[in-house]
Parts: sequence; structure tokens; C-alpha cells
Amino acid sequence: MLQADFPVLSALIFFPLLAAIALVFVRKDETIRMVTLAAGLVECLLLLPLLGFDLSTADFQFVERHVWIAAWNIQYYLGIDGISVLMIVLTVLLLPLCVLCSWSYIGRRVKEFHICLLLMTTACVGVFCALDFVLFYIFWEAMLVPMFLLIAVWGGARRRYASIKFFLYTLAGSTLLLVAIVAFFIAGGTFSIPDLMNQNFGLPFQQLTFLAMALAFAVKVPMFPFHTWLPAAHVEAPTAGSVLLASILLKMGTYGFLRFCIPITPAASEFFAPLMIVLAVISIIYGSFVAIGQQDMKKLIAYSSVAHMGFVTLGIFVFAFQGIEGAIMHMVNHGIITGAMFMLVGLLYERSHSRELEDNLGLSKHLPIYTGFLLLFSLAAFGFPGTNGFFSKLLVLIGVFEASYFLGVLFIIGLLLGLAYLMRLLLAVGWGTPSKGAGWQDVNAREWAYLLPLLAFVFYLGLAPGRALNIMGPSIENLLRNFDQQRHVSEEISGDTLHTWRQPPPALIDPLNKVSPNAATLNRSTTLVVDHAVTPRKN
Amino acid sequence: MLNFTPSLIIPELYMALLLVALFVQTVTNSIKDRTDWLAYASLGGVVVAALSMSQSGMMFYDSYQIDGLSQFFKLVIALGLAICVLNSLRNTSLGKTPRADYFFFMFMSAFGLMLLASTVELFTIYISLELASYSLYILLPLRNDNPRAVEGAIKYALFGAVATAIGLFGISYIIAGQHTTYLHELATMNWTFAEQPMALIGLGLFALAFLYKLALFPFHFWAPDVYQGASNETAAFAATLPKVGAIVILVRLMGLDPGVEMKIVLAVFATLSMTLGNILALRQTDIKRLLAYSSVAHAGFVVMGLVAGGAYGLAAASYYALVYVVMNLTIFWVITRLADDGRDIQLHDLKGMHHSTPLLAFVLAVAAFGLVGLPPTGGFTGKLFLLNAAWGEGFYLLVIIAAINTAIAIFYYLNMVRHAYTMDQTTPSVVPSSVIGASVALALALGVLYLGLMPQGLFDLLLQASGALLL
Repeated sequence: MLQADFPVLSALIFFPLLAAIALVFVRKDETIRMVTLAAGLVECLLLLPLLGFDLSTADFQFVERHVWIAAWNIQYYLGIDGISVLMIVLTVLLLPLCVLCSWSYIGRRVKEFHICLLLMTTACVGVFCALDFVLFYIFWEAMLVPMFLLIAVWGGARRRYASIKFFLYTLAGSTLLLVAIVAFFIAGGTFSIPDLMNQNFGLPFQQLTFLAMALAFAVKVPMFPFHTWLPAAHVEAPTAGSVLLASILLKMGTYGFLRFCIPITPAASEFFAPLMIVLAVISIIYGSFVAIGQQDMKKLIAYSSVAHMGFVTLGIFVFAFQGIEGAIMHMVNHGIITGAMFMLVGLLYERSHSRELEDNLGLSKHLPIYTGFLLLFSLAAFGFPGTNGFFSKLLVLIGVFEASYFLGVLFIIGLLLGLAYLMRLLLAVGWGTPSKGAGWQDVNAREWAYLLPLLAFVFYLGLAPGRALNIMGPSIENLLRNFDQQRHVSEEISGDTLHTWRQPPPALIDPLNKVSPNAATLNRSTTLVVDHAVTPRKN
Repeated sequence: MLNFTPSLIIPELYMALLLVALFVQTVTNSIKDRTDWLAYASLGGVVVAALSMSQSGMMFYDSYQIDGLSQFFKLVIALGLAICVLNSLRNTSLGKTPRADYFFFMFMSAFGLMLLASTVELFTIYISLELASYSLYILLPLRNDNPRAVEGAIKYALFGAVATAIGLFGISYIIAGQHTTYLHELATMNWTFAEQPMALIGLGLFALAFLYKLALFPFHFWAPDVYQGASNETAAFAATLPKVGAIVILVRLMGLDPGVEMKIVLAVFATLSMTLGNILALRQTDIKRLLAYSSVAHAGFVVMGLVAGGAYGLAAASYYALVYVVMNLTIFWVITRLADDGRDIQLHDLKGMHHSTPLLAFVLAVAAFGLVGLPPTGGFTGKLFLLNAAWGEGFYLLVIIAAINTAIAIFYYLNMVRHAYTMDQTTPSVVPSSVIGASVALALALGVLYLGLMPQGLFDLLLQASGALLL
């Protein structure tokens, strides 16, 4: 593993937190916005060391590893691979854009709003960096509180209902994740995710833990039938909240599948893959159909997210290289495109004070630039060649076709349905019969400032996706290689890993048993674990 | 051997000294109401307890043991007492009651609890428990013109008397079965149902007295009425410190490693306690009743650690006791600050807190999220330890139920935060702000976060202490 001298990841995680604390002492609204924007830009500069990311290895990089709670073998353990680095870049780059798009949208309790934004960034970057299960869970849950406040305080009319629903759904899902984490610790003797990836658990154990984890992730994705919190939360959240929800939070679910379900419980992943694929297909078809019928623009995009994330889940669970490649690309692309779409809706809402389609008809005449942006982002959302959506969907499609022609056909139907709702949105907003909109101002400088970077990404990733694919390539290869080896190994172990565990007598608890940052393995597991079902990985 | 070594029991001697001083005050009319010095004196108690952390030894014919566990719990009690004293110094709901009396009984109760932390002989335990309880019986109804106060106190006293009577009855069974009342002798004996049915039943009955103090289902009926009846300041005391006393004894009793029968019974009660406590709390609008029912649920969580047993389980239960005390004192601190006239706070009283007192609103949110068990608060870390310990011992169902209960609990705790942050009070209430009140509140909130992020040192300490208990 590569060791970093400067704690790049810690800096990325905790700089927004420090900025949030500093913000407590700032008084004027305008200054608060400036400070947060500056913090967001500095945070982007902190990404620069990631340019040193080594493309030739699938190992975790920029690793930071310290003992945290020795008694339970919990570590402060950070590291990134090709899958997480893209998510981190996306999260960090969105922060200044979120500040910009809330500039005039948020008029009250400005300080608290920006503190919540910064705390969200801390938690989200933390989720993608954490390599210790407990640390991961801490960031995973810590994210709920600022998101809850974003919806509950700055949201729309039914914000209280939406915020509680969001919180309860996601928390209920992730409590079982906690149980799974505890079960892994008892069975594997460690919370370290890379160490757990190298262990083989019996199939019954894998199946139970897979279900517990998958529930938490499926709620977050969200997959049908756990998606009902999403439209409510999206519609009520302020623009920046919707952007964060769509672009980052939903990705955590699919990230969880890639980071935990497939590497740690490969046999169960294979076992449950048909179920996940069926749910993903239902999400695509159902989400698209519901999106077609929406009058509220935000709801339309929210349901389209259900469909888009269905594409991602489908790409993951066909276990093909291109499928997973496309899924990860689409996670990033969906973050960019849907984030931009929500910003466009928010922009329009500031002018018309309505998100209903019928109140925002026929804007091409009065707001040509706005319509242009909407056109481009819609094309990207559909997957028009040359935009980023094209590549990722193409890759997923290849992966899906490899798995089954029937699924491939369903995928294409899903794509066509996507075209239907996007065209409906675009035609109505761009070229419908104008009702109002005569006096509205077109996209102003500040709005250019947050739309243009996103548009640049749409074309950069659409025309030159090579670099992004290179980054994730080794990690995906590694993921699939381990998956292929371990699912067979696990099948040979029929023993039940749900065994009784006794603690070592206190004399065995060795206070000197400290882990050095470079230690490849933790020898503490030898004192904690009496596990007959765990066999070392056979390479 | 008497083995009286004063240097070992400095915290207790310090408390006894304060009690004497307070007693003098209560009988002297001219200085009856001058209690400001107690703030410093109780903080001194924390320092003394912290300094004597590393002491160990036996005393009073081996009935009084100073070890890691006892010293830790003495520190917790001293800390809790200091916060309670700071909280009640300006207690207005006492009315004309001489203040020295109030503090005399509060300190007496804490003194009893400190003794409880060290006692290792059944009758000594019993006497310490009664010392702590009798003072509480007097303390609880000390609330000016509120008939509920008397109702609560009578309930507490009657139920308490029955519970301790049953405990005493249990001692007789233990003596009949094992012929000794010393815990370290009992630890060497057989506690299986097959060999010693009578002793095991006796142990169960004796533990019942402490489960009552812990407000574990089905002994929880007193809690809502007592909390609601007592003044906010007294409720803060009654909700936290006696539970610590109960937990230390239960930890010592479970150190005897009784048979699996007792564990299963406790596991069943823990399950019911968590579930019923949470469900009943869902529909409460009086914050103190809500906290009472939630404490029933928390009792279930602590018992989970006892059920798991072993060094890890007992250490986890002890750690959760500390976390619970800090979290509960934090939320009670906020409630007391809000109700400067001593009224019972309702849920709708929290509306608009973000506006009138942003700091208290923040502290309330931290405490509420801690009580739910959300990271990165101490509530999460404490629960994680408990879940780890219980799963490791094979109580899978218990762990899953506990996890689901966390999801239920979020609703009513989140409701408090929701009232504080998202709603505006129609008639804005003015909360008097004092620098001390605000800084203690902030310190408590930081304490909740500290216990969540840096549990290492304390947990290691407890691991050693409970490991020593099992040898």
C-alpha cells in the first residue's frame, strides 16, 4: 500500500468541518456566502494531490491508518482506490457549485445553511474514504443530520413530512447494516474493510449479511420498492439539497454494493444477483413510467433518478467488466447531469416561483440561453453521443447484453422511456405555448458560473472518457478477479459461521499490541477470533 | 480485619465532610440558604475522585473493595453530582424550602451511591442502597405546590420498599444456598440451576431490587410519574445517578457468572424493556415523561451488556452507564434552562429554540442524537460496544431487536430536534441566558461527542476493571 506523507484524505475530510466551525463566528450573510465559497474552492485545491493517483495499481492509495479504539480493533483507516476517487472528486467539485446555486435562493438562516452544506461535504468525503467499517458507518450516519436539516428547515411546504420520512427510511435501513458490521467483526475479527475482503465466510452467513447490507444500500440507491422517500425528499429540499441528494447520497448505495457486497460477500452477491437485477429492471421501467406522468419538474427528475440508478444497479449485478465500468461512470455522470437538472429547475423556480410544467412553458423565446442549457443537459441525460451519458450507458448496455439478450432488450426499452419523459420536459419548457416568462431574466453571470463547469464535464467525460476509465480499470479488474476466486471458495465452505464467540481472558489483552501505520495485517485478530469457517484467500 | 486506611477512601471522606457541613447548615437558621459554595465543593469532589482513580485495596472485614470499577463509578457519581448541583443551585420550584436540606439529601443519596460502588458484601450493598434510596424518597416530593410530586414520591417509595424487601428475601435464599454473603466467595461457587436452584433464585430476587432502580421492564411503572412529579432539577438527579449505582452492583453480580438461565431471563426482559419503552415514548408530549420511557428503553440496552457478560460485556455496560449519565444530564440541563419557572416542559415549548437560544438548541440536538445512538456521539459508541459484546456471545436476536429499536427511537428524539429547529414559536419566549449556563451546556455536549470519538482510554480501563472482577 502506498503511504502518504501529507494526510491528503484527512485534510479533504476535515477542512470543511473546520470551515463550518469558523463560520459560526461570521456574522453577515454575504460574508458567510463568500467564506463558504472560498472554503469550497480551497477544498477543490486540496484535490490536487490526488493527481498523484497511481493508475497502475488496484491497491488502496493515500492510506492513513492509526489505532483508534484498540479494545475493539477499530482503526482510523482511510484510503482510496479507482472506484472511490471519482466519487470524492465529484463530491468536492459540487460544493462551490452548491454554494453558488443557493446564493439568492436561500434568504433566511444563511449561516446554518452553509454550515450544513460543509458538514455534508465532510460526511460524504468521509464515506468514500473510510476503510474501517465503523468509521464508514459513522460518516454514513453523520450525513443524515445535516441533510435532515437541509430539507426540514429550508424545504418546501411539506418539508416536515418529507424530512422525517427521509430520516426514518434511511436510518431504518442502516440499522441492519450496523448489525451486519457487528457480525463481520465477530466472525472476521476486524473492522478493516480490506482485511474482510480477503476472508471467506460460509454461504449462509454471507446471505444474511448481504441482505442486511443490501437493505441499507437499496434504501439509499433507492431501488424499487424502497424508493418512496426519494420523490418527497427531492421535491421538498432546496436546490442545493436536491443536488446533494441526487449527486452524492444516492451514489452511496451503489458504492456500498461495489465496496462491500461484492468483495466481502461474493457468493451471496451471486446468489442474490437475480433478485437485484429484477428490482433494478423494475426500478428502470417503473421509474420512467412514473416520470412521464409528472407535472412537477422536480418530481419528474426525482423519478428519473430512480430509473437512472436502476441502470447503475443493473450494470453492477451483471458482474461484467464493462457493466461495472459503465455503472461507475454512470454514477459520476448521473451526479453531474441530475445535479445540473436540479439547478436548472431551481433557477427557473427563482423566476416563476413554481415548479409545475404548465407555469414554465415556452421559454425558448425569452430565455434562449436557459433553454440551451436545458437542451444540452437533457441530451446528456438521455445519452446522446458526445455527451457523458452516452458512454456510460453504452458500457452498461454492453455488459448487460453479455449477460442476457432479454435484459438488453429491457434496457433499451428503459432508454426509450427515458427519451419520452425528457422530450416531454424539454418540449414543454422550451417550446410549449408561452404563458408567462416575458419579463424573466435569462441566465445571469452567477448562474453561468455554476452551469458552465458542469457542462464542461458533460463534454469532457463524453468526448474523452479515457482518463476516468483508466483510473477505475485496475480496481474493477481486481474486484472481478477476487469475486471469481472467492465465490467458488465460499461454496466449498458449507459450515455455519454464526458461531459462539468467547472473549479472551483479560490477561490476553495486550496493551502493547499497537498497530503501526504500515502494518499490513493486524495480529490482534488472533486473540479475538476463534473462527473455524475463515480460511485464507487462495490466490 | 478492619483494615481501615483513610487514604483509600478519600472521595467518601470528602463527601462525609460535606455532609457534616450541610447538616450544620440545616440546623443553623442564619446560614440555611447559603449554598453557593456547594458548586465549588462538588467540583472539588470530582477532582478528589479523579485523583484517587488508581487506588485499590480491601477494607472493613473485606466487605468494602476499592478497585478500578469502584473508582470509575465513584468518579461518574461525583461528576454527575457536580452537574446536578450546578443545575439546581437556582432551583425555583423548591419555593421556601430551606435549600441546605435539599442539598443535604442530594449529597446523602450520592454518598450512598458512592458506597454502593465499593461494597462487595450483600448486606453492605443492601444498606448502601437503602441509604441512597431513603434520601431520594425525601428529595423527590420537594417541589412547591405540586400534588403530582407527592404522588410520584409515594409511588417511588412504595414500589421501592417492595423491591428492596424482595431483594432482602433474595439474600436469605443466597445464604441458604451458598452460606456466605461475600461476593468474592460467591464468585468461586457454582451458580447453575441444576446444582444450586435456590441460590440462583435468590440471586435473581436480589438483582430485582437493582433492576427496579434501573427502571427495567416490568419494574418501570414508577419512572414516568416520578420524573414528571419531581422538579426538573431533582428529576435530573433521580434519572441518572441511582441508575449508575444499580449498574455497578449488577455488573458485580453478573461477574459471578451465573448460569445461562438467568441470562436468558434478563435477555427477555431487556428485549421487552427496549421495545415497550420506545413504543410508549412515541406518544408522550411531556418531555420528562418521554425521557422516562426512553430511559426504560436504555435500561434494556444496558442489560444487554450484562447478558453478554465477560470482560467485554461488563465493560460495555459500564461504559454505557457513563455515556447515559452524560447524555441524560445534558438534556436535563437544557430542559432546566428552558423552564426557569420550574414548570414541566412540553414538546411544543421547544419550538423556536433555534431562534431564542441557538446554543441550547444545538446542545439539545447533540444530546438527542446521542440518546438515539447516532454517530459520532457517545450513544453510538456505547451501543456499538454493547452490540459487539452481545453478538459475540450469540445473542443474535437481541442485537437485531436492539438495532430495530434504534430506528423506532429516532422518531421521538428527532421530533424534539424538529420542534427546536424547524418550527417557530408564535409568541417567542425569552430564555434567560447566563454565561455559566451556556458554557456548562456546551461542555456537556462536547463531553457527549468526546465519549463517542475517544472512548479508547476509558474503555481500556473498564476492560481491565471488569477483567479483574472475573478472576
